[in-house]
Amino acid sequence: MGWFSTTPFLNVPDSTQITYRKSSWWKLNQQRLTPWIFLFPGLLLFLVYVIWPIFNSLYISLLQWDGLSPAIYVGLSNYIELLDDEYFYISLMNNLKWLILFMLAVPIGLGLAIFLNQTIFGIRLIKSLFFFPFVISQVVIGIIFSWFYNPRGVIGPFLDKLGLSNYAILADENFATYGIIFAGIYPQIAYCMILYLTGLNNLNIDQIEAGRMDGAKGLSLFKNIILPQLKPATFLAIVVTVIGSLRSFDMVAIMTQGGPYGSTNVLAYYMFETALSEYGYRMGYGSAIAAVLFTIMMFYILFFIYRMYQSEKKGL
Amino acid sequence: MFPIPIQKRPLINRISYKILVPVSLFVWLIPLIGIMLTSIRGLGDITAGNYWGIPSEFLLFSNIKDVFQNTPMLSYIINSFKITIPTVIGAVAISCMTGFALASYKFKANLFIFFTFIAGNFVPFQILMIPVRDLTFQMGLYDTVTGLVLFHVAFQTGFCTLFMRNFIKALPNELFEAARIDGTSEFNIFLKIVVPLTRPAIAALSVLIFTFIWNDFFWATVLIQGQHAMPITAGLKSLNGQWVTVYHLLSAGSIIAAVPPVIMFFLMQKHFIAGLTLGASKG
Repeated sequence: MGWFSTTPFLNVPDSTQITYRKSSWWKLNQQRLTPWIFLFPGLLLFLVYVIWPIFNSLYISLLQWDGLSPAIYVGLSNYIELLDDEYFYISLMNNLKWLILFMLAVPIGLGLAIFLNQTIFGIRLIKSLFFFPFVISQVVIGIIFSWFYNPRGVIGPFLDKLGLSNYAILADENFATYGIIFAGIYPQIAYCMILYLTGLNNLNIDQIEAGRMDGAKGLSLFKNIILPQLKPATFLAIVVTVIGSLRSFDMVAIMTQGGPYGSTNVLAYYMFETALSEYGYRMGYGSAIAAVLFTIMMFYILFFIYRMYQSEKKGL
Repeated sequence: MFPIPIQKRPLINRISYKILVPVSLFVWLIPLIGIMLTSIRGLGDITAGNYWGIPSEFLLFSNIKDVFQNTPMLSYIINSFKITIPTVIGAVAISCMTGFALASYKFKANLFIFFTFIAGNFVPFQILMIPVRDLTFQMGLYDTVTGLVLFHVAFQTGFCTLFMRNFIKALPNELFEAARIDGTSEFNIFLKIVVPLTRPAIAALSVLIFTFIWNDFFWATVLIQGQHAMPITAGLKSLNGQWVTVYHLLSAGSIIAAVPPVIMFFLMQKHFIAGLTLGASKG
């Protein structure tokens, strides 16, 4: 409420206030121009480094280009080639696995948050330690888990007992992706947990007490009273988890580099590999892969923006 | 309170809760405990496969010394700081301005620009990769700290603007109005009223961006090639290739890489979490 719909200047009815001094032009237009002056550096950088590259990439995806020699316009042929690319489908499927399994981070995070939402001695430190994995770089998490999975490493002795001696999950083309996802989900759970802890902290106590008076207990209390109040936290947890799952580049690059036999590739890594690695500098083809990834992400972005727009309209 | 405070539960629940919490914490942290244990071991333990037993030697310091002496770790860390600190300053300063502009002025394109910032912030890095790399090449900034910082500042402006705008929007508008009636110029409103009031938001953003940039790996791989500008994440990755079997040194290196964001987190925990959970309690 109360955001000035007209400038304060125009609210002044007395026209004698408008005195034409040197700075009068500036005085007249100050309200209108100031926001643009403040926006200028940020907007310029953002347009150059984020907005323009998106459109440029979409254009490059129509080219055959190695980054050095002149580019040749080839229309949609990069996309047509994608349709027949086995590795593209493997990557897409892996993205789907990431997405589905990553969603587990949301309920697990909620469970952990409920488990830890108590006031006992040292609980603040305990919560921080649970949150710890999120602060650490994914590169470090990837290194930790690679070493963890090494058959001569940490879980080796346990696998021996299970009769699986020398089993290396990251070398097994059927299961390597799950090994990476497991490592990737570890910090994501921590993030979801912290979102829900904040949500639980801000619950409306009166409603809960009223529910308890009405005899709501356990699951029904949780489902009918708690969960609806946690909706903002759930929304945010889902948004960051979806985006996290599609940004799986770091983990794959550290743990397997897409191998064995391309079985752990995801679109984010496959794009990088096609465009910028020893497998060839195929900028156009890489951009086409990026465009597919971008299109998938765009659904979530638009959904998020729509939600924000709704709440903006309510707030105004 | 939800769930019911444990203090109101029967004794047996209270006892089992107090046992269960540390046990689950231990299980949760096993991967991290594992790497810490490994970083204090010597090569003997590693080759003998002694990963979980008591270390036969305590070599944490000599491992760390080894890492610093035999690898460019020190220059990686310095590079990480050279990349992270200017990015934090740049992104926070710029987004104070954009946030203020979008929060307190009404003009036609306002919401459109705001949503552009938000949308850009969620875009997959790969769609930016080739043009940004080309642009950096053309400006002669490929393989330099400056080139990486410029991109980071630009990209982080999206998230920071979202954050600052919402924070400034929640400030009481009467403050600005009163200042305007007193004849304060718009620039002075920004400098003398908005900036001091947004200090908590600036702190929260700074820790968050510090962590994000310190941990960045993708852009360091795309825009940096040589050791002279490589940050620690990309450096660790190159060490990972060289030292497949020398886990005790790799562990020590990983721990060194994790120290700055961890310190940052513990010092500024409240701000850090406030930043991350923006919007988790109200729609």
